[in-house]
Amino acid sequence: MTSDQTPLLSVRDLKVSFTLDEGLVRAVDGTSFDVMPGQVLGVVGESGCGKSVTMRAILQLVERPGRITGGEIRFRRRDGGEPVDLARLSPRGAEMRDIRGGEIALIPQEPMAAFSPVHTVGDQIVEAIQLHSHRWEAGGRKLSRRDARDITVGLFRDVGISMPEQRVDAFSWQLSGGLRQRAMIAMALSCKPSLLIADEPTTAIDVTTQAQVLALLRDLQAKYNTAIIFITHDLGVIAQMASYVVVMYLGRVMEEGPVDEIFHAPKHPYTKALLRSIPSLYGETRVALPVISGALPHPFNRPPGCPFHPRCPDVMERCSAAVPSLQPVAPNQLASCFLYHDQADAG
Amino acid sequence: MSAPPAMSEPLLDVRGLQKFFPITKGFLQRTVGHVRAVDGVDFTVNEGETLGLVGESGCGKTTASRCILRAVDPTGGEILYRTRAGKVVDLATLSSSELLPLRTEIQMIFQDPFGSLNPRMTLLDNVGEPLLVNGIGNRRERTDRVAELLRLVGLRPEFMHRFPHAFSGGQRQRIAIARALATNPRLVVADEPVSALDVSIQAQVLNLLLELQSRLKLTFLFVAHDLSVVRHISDRIAVMYVGQLVELAPTAEIFGQPQHPYTAALMRAVPVADPRVRTADGILGGEVPSPAAPPSGCYFHPRCRHAVARCRVEAPELREIAPGHFTRCHLAGEVTF
Repeated sequence: MTSDQTPLLSVRDLKVSFTLDEGLVRAVDGTSFDVMPGQVLGVVGESGCGKSVTMRAILQLVERPGRITGGEIRFRRRDGGEPVDLARLSPRGAEMRDIRGGEIALIPQEPMAAFSPVHTVGDQIVEAIQLHSHRWEAGGRKLSRRDARDITVGLFRDVGISMPEQRVDAFSWQLSGGLRQRAMIAMALSCKPSLLIADEPTTAIDVTTQAQVLALLRDLQAKYNTAIIFITHDLGVIAQMASYVVVMYLGRVMEEGPVDEIFHAPKHPYTKALLRSIPSLYGETRVALPVISGALPHPFNRPPGCPFHPRCPDVMERCSAAVPSLQPVAPNQLASCFLYHDQADAG
Repeated sequence: MSAPPAMSEPLLDVRGLQKFFPITKGFLQRTVGHVRAVDGVDFTVNEGETLGLVGESGCGKTTASRCILRAVDPTGGEILYRTRAGKVVDLATLSSSELLPLRTEIQMIFQDPFGSLNPRMTLLDNVGEPLLVNGIGNRRERTDRVAELLRLVGLRPEFMHRFPHAFSGGQRQRIAIARALATNPRLVVADEPVSALDVSIQAQVLNLLLELQSRLKLTFLFVAHDLSVVRHISDRIAVMYVGQLVELAPTAEIFGQPQHPYTAALMRAVPVADPRVRTADGILGGEVPSPAAPPSGCYFHPRCRHAVARCRVEAPELREIAPGHFTRCHLAGEVTF
């Protein structure tokens, strides 16, 4: 990360909790990271690590009983000026509605669930474009349906949908999984966002289609220089897509750094164990894989101290007593682990 | 452990397996066509080995595996199974009463451990159910057996009076494995057994399956879409595309020298978990055709960059290109994929 650049998005000590009858679930518990303009940031973690909730918080889409209980989400808007704290904005207010879809767009995991089945995909994209009309016309006039439709057809062509004039009139259930996800990407890009959040965009589709969609995202990113937060549990996808990686576990950032360092010089015991536990296409077959012992703790039973300590091979006494903070462990690389704290204190 | 098992009589010999689902239309439900979900699949599974069955969604891998359990009735073909008593029977044509004694020998592990366990039954009843329906043992013996099974899959026997909701995804899959093993099966059909699990839990369950296989001399038919997982666990791999088997070979060979362009494309499509290795060239264009209206000739020709005129008209047969290496491609041996 170069220090002379100012981040596009800066998340600081974000906390999101869900108040349930059974107790308080701290889904995101003090997460901090930055996204630079034009950067592809990979966020990796297992279920319950808070990666999706963090993204929903950025878009102010956390549903009740969930609530942002602390921290800041500073976002630099396109018109310049001081960054706004999205966490302070009203979810239904004019400014948030202008940013959401207009400057920060979301590609959800399941395009089948995200599109309405009773409207054509074209109509849904036209609606989004018309809502953000001022991004095309300086006069603040609302775009006509015809103009918005023309834009949509152009977008469909951009994302590689064949026969775009016919496909805009299709319903989502008439499209294959790959086409549906392409249509979703077209919708997300419709307002030329400066930040795109892709939440497991290829998890629900097949591997050959996934390769197509990943290649498309990579091309579009190069073309428009959009910053992308790429969320996935698939380490292969992260390695191929991201330039900078954030590893999350139980609502906290365990480690972050450039993609090469994370894969070739991981520092945090969780990152190391996670990388060892995946079967590779080159390793020895039919031998026992190194495993991370134990299971992901239940959200009501968050372990005290470092959330990973009950499963950690390098656990020390202090790990259960206090929460380690994110400290530099190498140039450009941070980890929250007591193994490196003395080193950081000394340095 | 990685050496292929000694050649023996196959435990399972599937020949020309077909399963067509009718497409019906109108009030009278007239049949207007067929979805050829499984369209002439041949493979064998040897005793003690793991055969991986891979393919993308809709390729018929799940339907083929369900035919073997007769969870769906095949339209055509033979499923020859060598029973514990040494007799070879055709599972495709047996009546349900004739199948009953064989049900203890062939068991299944499902993908979703949240859906496959009955939430209203304790582990004792869930895991003990196969024993109950097959009339094995009295209540006391069943309880002892369930305790033994839970220990076998790495759970504490004291858990048997709890309900599935108290367990995590990985633990539930262990429970489902315990249930599949209750009747001492010889063949276990596992349909995507780790794809619903988190990365850190997948490795635990894969290790458990490998350990149980060597301890109990199990034979696995392992159905999955994740190539790295299939590669890790399988002795041989069969690749399916639009209801047909396109390639079958020992694991090292199929990954080293794939002899079908689809297999090669599938492998190239897997994102490598190493940022220094770029997976870019040779991305497969187009989409999987519908099994209700497959293309002419070779089903893969519209997406194949090697396709020649012959591929458009003449459907290739599955042929043995090297000992134990089968492929359904006209160009295999002439072109490197």
